[in-house]
Amino acid sequence: MFAHEFMRNAFLAGTPIALACGLVGYFVVLRGQVFAGDALSHVAFAGALAAAAFGIDLRLGLFAATILVALGMGGLGERARADDVVIGSVFAWILGLGALFLSIFTSDASGTTTGTAGVRVLFGSIFGLGLGEALVAALIGLGACAAILLIARPLLFSSVDPAVAAARGVPVRALGFGFLAILGVVAAEATQAVGALLLLGLIAAPAGAARLLTSRPYTGLALAGALSVLSLWVGLTLSYSIGALPPSSAIIATAVAIFAAAAVKARLGASRPRPHSPRARGAGEA
Amino acid sequence: MLTDPAAAGLSWNLVTDVRELTSFPFMVNALEAGTIVAVMAAVVGWFMVVRQQTFAGHTLSLVAFPGAAAASLAALPLAVGYFGACALAALVLSAVSGSGARNRSAESAAIGSVQAFALACGFLFVSLYSGVLNNLDSLLFGTFLGVTTGQVLTLLLIAAAVLTLVALTARPLLFASVDPDVARANGVPVRALAVGFLVVLGLAVAATSQITGALLVFALLVTPAATAQQITMRPGPSLFLSVVLALAVTWVGLGIAYFSVYPVGFWVTSLSFGVYVAVRIVRAVAERRDRTQEPASPEPVDSLVVQ
Repeated sequence: MFAHEFMRNAFLAGTPIALACGLVGYFVVLRGQVFAGDALSHVAFAGALAAAAFGIDLRLGLFAATILVALGMGGLGERARADDVVIGSVFAWILGLGALFLSIFTSDASGTTTGTAGVRVLFGSIFGLGLGEALVAALIGLGACAAILLIARPLLFSSVDPAVAAARGVPVRALGFGFLAILGVVAAEATQAVGALLLLGLIAAPAGAARLLTSRPYTGLALAGALSVLSLWVGLTLSYSIGALPPSSAIIATAVAIFAAAAVKARLGASRPRPHSPRARGAGEA
Repeated sequence: MLTDPAAAGLSWNLVTDVRELTSFPFMVNALEAGTIVAVMAAVVGWFMVVRQQTFAGHTLSLVAFPGAAAASLAALPLAVGYFGACALAALVLSAVSGSGARNRSAESAAIGSVQAFALACGFLFVSLYSGVLNNLDSLLFGTFLGVTTGQVLTLLLIAAAVLTLVALTARPLLFASVDPDVARANGVPVRALAVGFLVVLGLAVAATSQITGALLVFALLVTPAATAQQITMRPGPSLFLSVVLALAVTWVGLGIAYFSVYPVGFWVTSLSFGVYVAVRIVRAVAERRDRTQEPASPEPVDSLVVQ
């Protein structure tokens, strides 16, 4: 399998991206911001299509769109947490813009490649990465991981109990913005691997599974990263061995299968009597 | 979208413009379908916003895409795929969120996973059946202008069913949405209402996404409702306003799209978002003025009516 260059590149780029998705995803789930992550993934699509429509580099459009919208959503919501209705209204409009850019792009570039560009952005093209692109993707992924680990401790504190954290001098609002910016970077980066429509799976599913399996935060964080990387590896291998299976579908299906297994395990565990029941953690809910 | 640009001249005379719009059967169909969809989406969306189920609603709207892709793979009518997938997803979502109502972060992770899995399946179906790739854009962004008379009839039936169900359960549903604990104590079947509402939402979303596409359902579902609730929180007027707004943005959006080269989805989403932003700004300004002029204003800001 590793004899092929595209497979090596896919693993090289995908592993750090998946790790970053898992780590960021853990906080996304902990803070109850899955819908924000979802919205950012659609923004990534509109951004990439805008870049395509105006003929600039796709990645520039991706990063600019996701980071700007992430900060904007932070600005709209209290304590840098936007509420669902605001997010829904904003990204319905941004998707409309995506439709506009798609129509500009397809009417400008009349050729055989027109239809596939939109599909590539929506569903990713991890097998199409060159060595240079893969290295850049890997470096950005590692950078995002480092950034999230750097602020992990105060972010955890301010996610679980923002009021107490603010009283103890933790910059809750700034952390919220910083976190959304990192989420934007990761969303833009993961769009290249699994696509704008599917990256939510890598963010939500491994983290959700980790939250179900353990209530200890650092164990959960590590577990989320590990499960995410595992989904990517299993997914890539499956897709390599089954020709008709697209890599993004295989990766997301694996991640969701892990989540489903964790949910079943948690439900079975909950019905069994326990000597010391763990307290229900209403994590991050104000 | 425009087969003959010479036929589509925009003049300053609104009457001739409207007459020209309605002279084509496809535009009449689009307007009829848009009207039905706008009323249904606005009513169901209003309850969705009150129940804070926007994420679930968005997931249901995306599920329409794998449904349609699976239907074209199995050579079934597209409508079967849309409605089947959305109803199934509604049941799955209510099962997933059933026990976890106390922990919203776990619930949203579950909803996100369902959504990602559905989309992964959709992409798999699309790549298995490469013929649908040409229609992928219309699956995702809708074909407002390719609606047939048969589709309009189907939409009318679905809308009638959805609106009847909502009208019959409106009072207990509102009660259960606003305060589930008190409603349960008063003997309202909160759980059954929650499952039933998700299924109705699924039906409405499936019908809407045939017209607006899976990605743009939200423009009609959430934005008019959110705007109406910014203006007034009284259920009756707010619901009515939400329907009016949805109808207005759909008609104006269709009209503009006919005379322009850009897609109808862009115009409808932009119009509804523009109205939403305008209302928020007006409300923020009014609130600030109230605060500076009369610090102890007895009038609740929620019942502010923007003329």
